[in-house]
Amino acid sequence: MSIPWHRPSWATPLARHSEALLIPVGALLAGFLLFALFLALQGKSPAEYYSLVYKAGFGSAFSWQNTLVRTAPLLLAALCVALPARLGLVVIGGEGAIVISGLACAQVAVLTQQAGTAPGMVLSLALMFIASALVGAAWIGAIGVLRHWRGVNETIASLLMTYIAIALMNHLVEGPMRDPNSLNKPSTAPLTDWQRVGQIPGLEVHWGLLAALICCIAAWLLIDRTTWGFGARIAGSNVRAAQLQGLPVGRMIIIVTAMAGACAGLAGAFEVAAIHGAANASLVSGIGYSGILVAFLARQNPLAIIPVAIMLAGFEASNGLVQRRMDLPDATVLVLQGIVFLAILSSETLYGRFRVFTPERWQPLPAEGEISTVQQGNPA
Amino acid sequence: MSATLPLVNAQESRAATSAELVGLSKHFGSLKALDKVSLKIDAGSLHALLGENGAGKSTLVKCMMGFYQATSGQLVVDGRERSIPNPRAAQALGLGMVYQHFTLVPSLTATENLVINRPDCPAVINWEKEKASLTEFLSTMPFQIPLNVPIYKLASGQKQKLEIIKQLYLQSTLLILDEPTSVLTPSEATEVLSLVKSLCEQRRLSVLMITHKFREVSDFADTVSVLRQGRYTGGGKVADLSHQDMAAMMMGQSAATARPGSSGGTITTAKGRSNANDNDNDNDNDNDNDNDNATASNSNSNSNSNSNSNSNSNSILQLRGIKATPRSGAGLISIDSLDVEAGRIVGVAGVSGNGQSELMEILSGQRPLLSGSMQVDGQPYTPTRKAAREAGVRYLPEEPLLNACAARMSVAENIAFRNYDLKADGKPAWWLDRTAIRNHGKDMIAAFNVKTTSPGAPIDSLSGGNVQRAVLARELTGDIRLLIASNPCFGLDFTAVAETRERLRAARATGTAILLLSEDLDEILELADTIVVMSDGSINYQCSRDEADVPTIGHYMAGHAGDSTAPIHSAPV
Ligand SMILES: Nc1ncnc2c1ncn2[C@@H]1O[C@H](COP(=O)(O)OP(=O)(O)OP(=O)(O)O)[C@@H](O)[C@H]1O
Ligand SMILES: [Mg+2]
Repeated sequence: MSIPWHRPSWATPLARHSEALLIPVGALLAGFLLFALFLALQGKSPAEYYSLVYKAGFGSAFSWQNTLVRTAPLLLAALCVALPARLGLVVIGGEGAIVISGLACAQVAVLTQQAGTAPGMVLSLALMFIASALVGAAWIGAIGVLRHWRGVNETIASLLMTYIAIALMNHLVEGPMRDPNSLNKPSTAPLTDWQRVGQIPGLEVHWGLLAALICCIAAWLLIDRTTWGFGARIAGSNVRAAQLQGLPVGRMIIIVTAMAGACAGLAGAFEVAAIHGAANASLVSGIGYSGILVAFLARQNPLAIIPVAIMLAGFEASNGLVQRRMDLPDATVLVLQGIVFLAILSSETLYGRFRVFTPERWQPLPAEGEISTVQQGNPA
Repeated sequence: MSATLPLVNAQESRAATSAELVGLSKHFGSLKALDKVSLKIDAGSLHALLGENGAGKSTLVKCMMGFYQATSGQLVVDGRERSIPNPRAAQALGLGMVYQHFTLVPSLTATENLVINRPDCPAVINWEKEKASLTEFLSTMPFQIPLNVPIYKLASGQKQKLEIIKQLYLQSTLLILDEPTSVLTPSEATEVLSLVKSLCEQRRLSVLMITHKFREVSDFADTVSVLRQGRYTGGGKVADLSHQDMAAMMMGQSAATARPGSSGGTITTAKGRSNANDNDNDNDNDNDNDNDNATASNSNSNSNSNSNSNSNSNSILQLRGIKATPRSGAGLISIDSLDVEAGRIVGVAGVSGNGQSELMEILSGQRPLLSGSMQVDGQPYTPTRKAAREAGVRYLPEEPLLNACAARMSVAENIAFRNYDLKADGKPAWWLDRTAIRNHGKDMIAAFNVKTTSPGAPIDSLSGGNVQRAVLARELTGDIRLLIASNPCFGLDFTAVAETRERLRAARATGTAILLLSEDLDEILELADTIVVMSDGSINYQCSRDEADVPTIGHYMAGHAGDSTAPIHSAPV
C-alpha cells in the first residue's frame, strides 16, 4: 500500500464492541436453529413454536408485562452469578440465597405488622428489604469466607448451601413460622396490604424491575468503570499478579460475594413482597438456576444481562401457552435453554478469530510501522 | 504392554531425524509472523535459531510441532514431505519440544508427568514398576530431579530440566528447545547442552535450539539460522560466522555495531562507576550466617554513590531472622540477615530451587512468615499496596505471564497495574480513567520497545520477550526506592538484555536499592555490588564484587556451606 492509511480512532472500539455483540448473537441464532431441528425431528413446527413464543412473550402489552415481571428476579439472580464470576469464582447458589432471604423478608414483615403510622410503615418496608439483602449477603458472603480462609470450593459450597436453605425453609414454614390458616400450602403469615410492593405506574410491573435495573447498572459501573473493579478484574484473571500488586484479594472476594448475595436477597424480597405475599415453597422456583444461564449468556457483563434476561423471561412466560397449543412437554423450554447454553459456551473459542473484528489486522503490519517510527526516536 | 525400558542407551533403534522447512509462512490475520522461511536441520546436527524478541522463532517451532498450521509452505521430515495436523502427529514422527512456558501438569509429580505423557501409557499403571524404571533412567542423567514432589512446588530451573528429561524419555529424535537455558546456571547450561550435543554426535538426536545467547551458539551449535521480523535473514555453519555477523543478521545491518557480547556474560560495561562502589567494601567474611549483620559493615558505601539518603546506615531493605516454609522438601527458608542499601545491587546467586522463589514470595506478601522481620527504610514492612507504594517497592518476578500479568487483560491494562488507582496528581482515583491507561500504555510500549499489534491486544498474544518488556515497563517506571527482581532478563534478546541491565544500573545510580535474584551468575557478576549465595533455603556466603571468585561461589552454590545439612539437590560444580 503506497498511501499510508490511518485507522480512524473509533474503528477499534467499534470493532471490539461489534465482536462482543455479534458473536453471542450468532451463537444464539445457531442455538435457535438447532432447537428448530429438534422440534422438526419430533414433527412439530419450529415456525409455530417461535411465533407462539413471540406472541406470548412479546406480542402484546399484556405479554410484555408478563415477561417483565419474570425479568426482575432473573436480573438479580444473574448478578449473583456474574459479580463473583468477574473475580474468577463460579457461584451457583443464588437459589438458596433467594429462598433464605425471602424467608427473612416474611419474618420481618410479621414482626413489624403492628406499625400503624406512616413513618412506621415505611420503616417496616425498609427493614424488610434491608434484612433480606443482609441475609442474602451473609449467605453468599459465607461462601466467600469459606473460600478465602478455608480454601473450600465455592461452586460446591454454594450448591450444598442451596440444599440447606431449602430444607431450612421447609422446616420453618411447616413448623415454627407456619401460619395456622395456611391449610393446603404451608406458608408464613401473609404480608398486610401496605407491606405489599406496588406496581410502577403505567407499567403494571412491580418496582422490583426498576430496582433490578439499577442494580445491573451499578454493578456494571463498579466492575467496569471504577478502579476498585479494575483491581477485582486483576484478581479474577490472576490471583498471583494481584497479590504482587498488593491488592487485598481476600477482602475483595468477601465483598463481591456479599454484594452478589445482597442482589439475590433483593430478588427473594421482591418475590415475597410483590408476588407471593408470604414465604412458602413457591420461592423454590428455579430462578436462581435460570440466573446462571443468563449470566453466562451475557458473558458475565452486568449490562448485557438486561436484554438476555428479558429474552429468557419471554421464553418462560410463553411456556404455558406453547405447552397447551403444541402439546409439548413441560421440559421443552429446558431443552432450548440447554442448547443455547452449549452454543454460547462453544462460541467462546471464536473471539479474536475474525479479521473484521481486529482492526490491527486490516492493514499489513500496521503496528510494525507505528512501532518502528517510535523506535527511531528512542535511544536504544 | 511391551517391555519398554526407556533408557537412553537402550535406544539403538531410533536414529536422529532430519527436517527441512521450505518456504514456510504463518500469518495471524495480516500479521506475517513467518514469511517464506526455509531452513534445514541435518540428522545429528545441533541447529540454532536466533532472532530478536517477536522475530517469529516460537511461531516457527509451533508450526513444526503441529500447534499452528502454516499458512503456506512445506515441512520435510526424514526426506519425506509431511503434514503435521496436531502435536500427536509430531510426536509420532519423533519431534519433541521443550517450550518457553512450562507444560508440565502442576499438580502431578515428575513420575506421573513422565508416565502419562508416554504415547504407550497403559490404562492401568503399575506405579512401583514405573518408579523403578524411571529411577534407573534418571541415573543416566547428569542431574537429579525430585520425582515424587508435585511440579508446582519445583522452581523453574528444575522444571526446565524435567522438560528436557521428559523428551528424552519419550524417545524424541528431533528435539526442539525454546530458550532451554534461560533458567539454568552457566554450569548447568553447559552440562545440559553438552549432554544434548553428545547425543547429537552419537546421531541419536537432532536438535533445533532457540536461544538468545551467542556463546551457546558458538560453543554448541553446528549450524545456525537467523530470523528477523518473520523472514530468514541469514545463517550457515557456525564456524564461519562471528558474533558480529549473527548480530547484524538479527538486528539488520544498522545494528551491527551493537555489543553482542553483553548477554554472553562478558563483564565489560559500567565497571568504572561500580568499582568505586566496592572499594570500601573489603571486610566481608566467607561465611556470614552467624556473623552479626555482616552487611551493616557496608554502610559507609554512600561515600561515593549519588544516593540521596542521609542516614549513615542507609539500608533500604533489612531482613532479620526470616523463617518460612519452602515450596517443597523438608527444612526451612531461613535468612538470618540480609541488607540492601540505597544505590547498591545485592545479587543473590544460587541454583534454582534453593529458596529464591520463596524469598520473592516472602518479600511480595505471597508467602506468610513464620518469624522474623522485614524492614523497608527503617520501617516494618507488610507488603500491602499502600505500603509498597509509600515505600516505593517494586517487583519483577520470574515467569512474568504466570506471576505478574492478567493474561486476558490488554497490554495497556497490564502496564497500568501500578498506577490505575491514582490520578495524575497522585490522589486516589475512584473512576477508572481508560484514556489515561491507554495513553500511558502507548508511551510505555514505545519507551520499552514492546512489540504488540496494539495497546488493546491481550497480553498473552505477545511473544515471551515482549511480555517481559511490558512488565519491565510497568515495574521500572516511577519513583522506586527498592526493586526486587528475579531473572529480569529471562527470554530477552541481547539488545533488550543490555538495555534492561542499563536500566538497572541507571536505577542504582539514582539511589534505588536492588535485590537481584538471578540464576545467571554472569548477570550477577556483571551487575551486583555485593554477592550472596543462597543454598538450601539460607544464605551461606557473601562477598563484595571485587572479591568474587567464580569457583568459590560455585562451591557455595553447590551447598558446601560448612554446615552438615545436604542441599535439596546437588549441582555439580
Ligand atoms: N496467537 C497469536 N496471535 C496473534 N499474534 C501472535 C500470536 N502468536 C504470536 N503472535 C505474534 O507473532 C510474532 C512472533 O511471535 P513469536 O512468539 O514467534 O516470537 P519469538 O521470536 O518467539 O520472540 P521471543 O524471543 O520474545 O520469544 C509476534 O509479533 C507476536 O505478537
Ligand atoms: Mg518465543
